[in-house]
Amino acid sequence: MSWLSKALSSSIGRKIIMAVTGLFLCSFLVIHLVGNLQLFKNDGGAAFNIYSHFMGTNPVIRTIEWVLVAGFVFHIYESIMLTSRNKTARGAQGYAVNHNEQNSPWQSRNMGLLGTIILIFLLVHLYNFFYRARFGELDPDINNNDDLYTLVVSSFQQWWYVVLYVLAQAALAFHLIHGFKSAFQTLGLTHRKYTPFITYFGYAFSIIVCAGFAAMPLYFFFKQF
Amino acid sequence: MAGNNPNAKPMNLTLRVWRQRSRQSDGQLVDYQVKDISPEMSFLEMLDVLNENLLHKGEEPVAFDHDCREGICGSCNLFINGRAHGPEPGTTTCQLHMRKFSDGDTIVIEPWRAAAFPVNKDLSVDRSAFDRIIQAGGYVSVNTGGVPDANEIPIPKNIADRAFDAATCIGCGACVAACKNASAMLFVSAKVSQLALLPQGQVERKTRVENMVAQMDKEGFGACSNIGSCAAECPVGISLENIAILNREFLNAKATSNNLA
Repeated sequence: MSWLSKALSSSIGRKIIMAVTGLFLCSFLVIHLVGNLQLFKNDGGAAFNIYSHFMGTNPVIRTIEWVLVAGFVFHIYESIMLTSRNKTARGAQGYAVNHNEQNSPWQSRNMGLLGTIILIFLLVHLYNFFYRARFGELDPDINNNDDLYTLVVSSFQQWWYVVLYVLAQAALAFHLIHGFKSAFQTLGLTHRKYTPFITYFGYAFSIIVCAGFAAMPLYFFFKQF
Repeated sequence: MAGNNPNAKPMNLTLRVWRQRSRQSDGQLVDYQVKDISPEMSFLEMLDVLNENLLHKGEEPVAFDHDCREGICGSCNLFINGRAHGPEPGTTTCQLHMRKFSDGDTIVIEPWRAAAFPVNKDLSVDRSAFDRIIQAGGYVSVNTGGVPDANEIPIPKNIADRAFDAATCIGCGACVAACKNASAMLFVSAKVSQLALLPQGQVERKTRVENMVAQMDKEGFGACSNIGSCAAECPVGISLENIAILNREFLNAKATSNNLA
């Protein structure tokens, strides 16, 4: 093994990959949220469909898309490697009584559970919107773009879809509350001047981004009545 | 006997203690009753009473590690009622007093649990993995000779203080015991950041962190996921900031050291 692959497969190396991919995925969330805010524009989906057409066809975006896939793949792969390592390290014999709720926050101990919920959501989400927009047949809208907007609106008028989305965003918010500041800690980016800001920013980021995503299904669900 | 304090009432307790004959054998929790325990006793003195009773009955006493009994040596490692060193923050087991418990309580006492800390017997665990991590780089090599003058190497007060805070680690292993991942990173980071902060530590700075992290991984400790249980349970208050320093030192060493292995 080269020095680089050795370094990246060490315990700290794997954490560093988790942190870098995690922050990269945070940047994706921002782009995804900002773009999708066009759903709220009251134009029958014209602006949103122009945007989704651009995102689905622009060669730069299509290239970056593969980087995004790699980001998810590495984040998930490293989480599996780290979890299996940590489970082995904990040993076969567990504690009969363990009150770790008294020394650490719930979301920090359950990142794997939260991540799994997010992954299940992601697969449903990709199938419903991404797969059908890219490989399915959508009717054209007034500008002759694929009418993804109508698919989004009709999906969000079903209650179970809204429940799934809102729950997934809650899981994502808890995942980010731990993950955002944790990434900076793992990269060694701590300083008594800046760490308090990073912590508060991480809270605000997690709640604002996830509330923004959750607002979309809720908006279209309640708009139909 | 309730000690010298007339208000301290003696307590009767049920102890649920992990008993295990040897490293190879299986263990189990066994219940014992102890009577007339003074609230002024330390937790270890209470266990001494239990062992006296067991000896009188001709039973095998409970093996547990202890040495200085003043919170310095880091030997008295017990997982008490689901917490490393018991419920009291910032204390070792020897400094935990029975007044923190109430008459009639059931107290569950387990050894540190981690694959890298095998149980020798009962509550006594083998923490030599920590020694091997220190041997891998947790030192400063100096030539022997006359004692150097105390102020020969100037060190700013705030740096000396931060290095000292990291140096207070007693190597008890509560961080590993409390960690969901059985990670030793708080322990390793305390030594790495202590020596990285000081001028004497600069010569071996990069090889130290590379070798100590490699040894830590080899011993089978887990990877930190920044949960914070370690720092919360640490009897001497080693800060999580040290783990960030360790990560930074590791990244820097791997990126810039001349070691290609």
